[in-house]
Amino acid sequence: MLGDYLPVLILGGLAFAFVVASLFASSLLRPSRPSPAKLAPYECGNEPVRLPKGEKFSVKFYVVAMMFIIFDIETIFLFPWAVSFRKLGLFGLVEMAVFIALVFVAYVYIWMQGGLEWEQAPRPMERTAAEGEQEEELLRAG
Amino acid sequence: MTGQEYAFVVLALVGTVGAVRLVTAKNVVHAALYLVVTLAMVGSIYLVLGAEFVGWVQILIYVGAIVILFLFGLMLTKAPIGRESLDNQQRGLALLVALAVLAGLVFLIQDAFHWGDRKMNLVHNTTGEVGRSIFQHYVLPFEAVSFILLAALIGAVVLARREERE
Amino acid sequence: MIRLPLVLFFSAVLFSTGVYGVLARRNGVLVLMSIELMLNAVNVNLVAFSQYVRDIGGQVFALFVIAVAAAEVGIGLAIVILIFRNRESINVDEVSLLKW
Repeated sequence: MLGDYLPVLILGGLAFAFVVASLFASSLLRPSRPSPAKLAPYECGNEPVRLPKGEKFSVKFYVVAMMFIIFDIETIFLFPWAVSFRKLGLFGLVEMAVFIALVFVAYVYIWMQGGLEWEQAPRPMERTAAEGEQEEELLRAG
Repeated sequence: MTGQEYAFVVLALVGTVGAVRLVTAKNVVHAALYLVVTLAMVGSIYLVLGAEFVGWVQILIYVGAIVILFLFGLMLTKAPIGRESLDNQQRGLALLVALAVLAGLVFLIQDAFHWGDRKMNLVHNTTGEVGRSIFQHYVLPFEAVSFILLAALIGAVVLARREERE
Repeated sequence: MIRLPLVLFFSAVLFSTGVYGVLARRNGVLVLMSIELMLNAVNVNLVAFSQYVRDIGGQVFALFVIAVAAAEVGIGLAIVILIFRNRESINVDEVSLLKW
């Protein structure tokens, strides 16, 4: 059983050896003449003035990551279910239907709450006049 | 020592080093990367023990998803760098407690399972066996897990987006 | 063939490292990471005993623990993010409003 993973192990070992060997070889072969300008971190040719501070990482990304993790777990349970699907019969199908339905409830709730909106969607009434004119022109042309 | 034991010892040593570096790291992002090392080694140990499906789930869920969540959490909460600001003042006491826990556990294991005569004959468990076990014997826990996932998803989204809506 | 105590010792080491992390760290995210270490130690035990007694229930339980751990991390990090928003720091020893 573990023998099946031997090629993977050999590949991993070879990749690791390649990285170590090439880094070591290049450290032997390359000339090393550091200067302050070369060692400075590269930022489009300018010296870095300050660390980015004000821009906060948006919490929306966290919500997306959370959705991903929940549905990842759902997939994990789908996999053994699918492998032994024929032996489980109707009972297994009902079990999985209940499972998916429950997780889907959470999905629908978040959708209804606007948790999936990236920005506040503009309401139709608030469209700018320019947009309205463009649309009318398109309608006339079409 | 069999070949499998050697493989296990190597993986366990790497995993232990990763765990120790995780709790002593000066930088929170480095700590997350050491967590990846330890989790991957634990996953490989599952493979060595013959629990193939659990091993790959460990890689997929822990290394692939939970660590990403941790990194997002780190990006959302700017943490200072340096052990002094990441640790509290009870480091010596914590070390004492941890060593006491370790000593107690080692003593109990040694007492309960005499070295050498408790051997695991490693059998390969396929995904199908795991599936049949879940869906025939552990139906209720399985449905309970779906309920926990429901609660966690709604809870996390409601908590995280609370202020933004206002 | 692997001797069972060997695996149990590794799990004990992992667990005590997690205990140290939970007690010594004050950054909330790092405390959660240490809790993950402890959960992993439990999972190693579950899988090892499942192979020892030849009952696949241990592995199934390990899967459930992984799923619940993911949910726990999600909620825990959401709480940590909320604390950060309100107090501009996630040091768990400063969050003591409910302590009398």
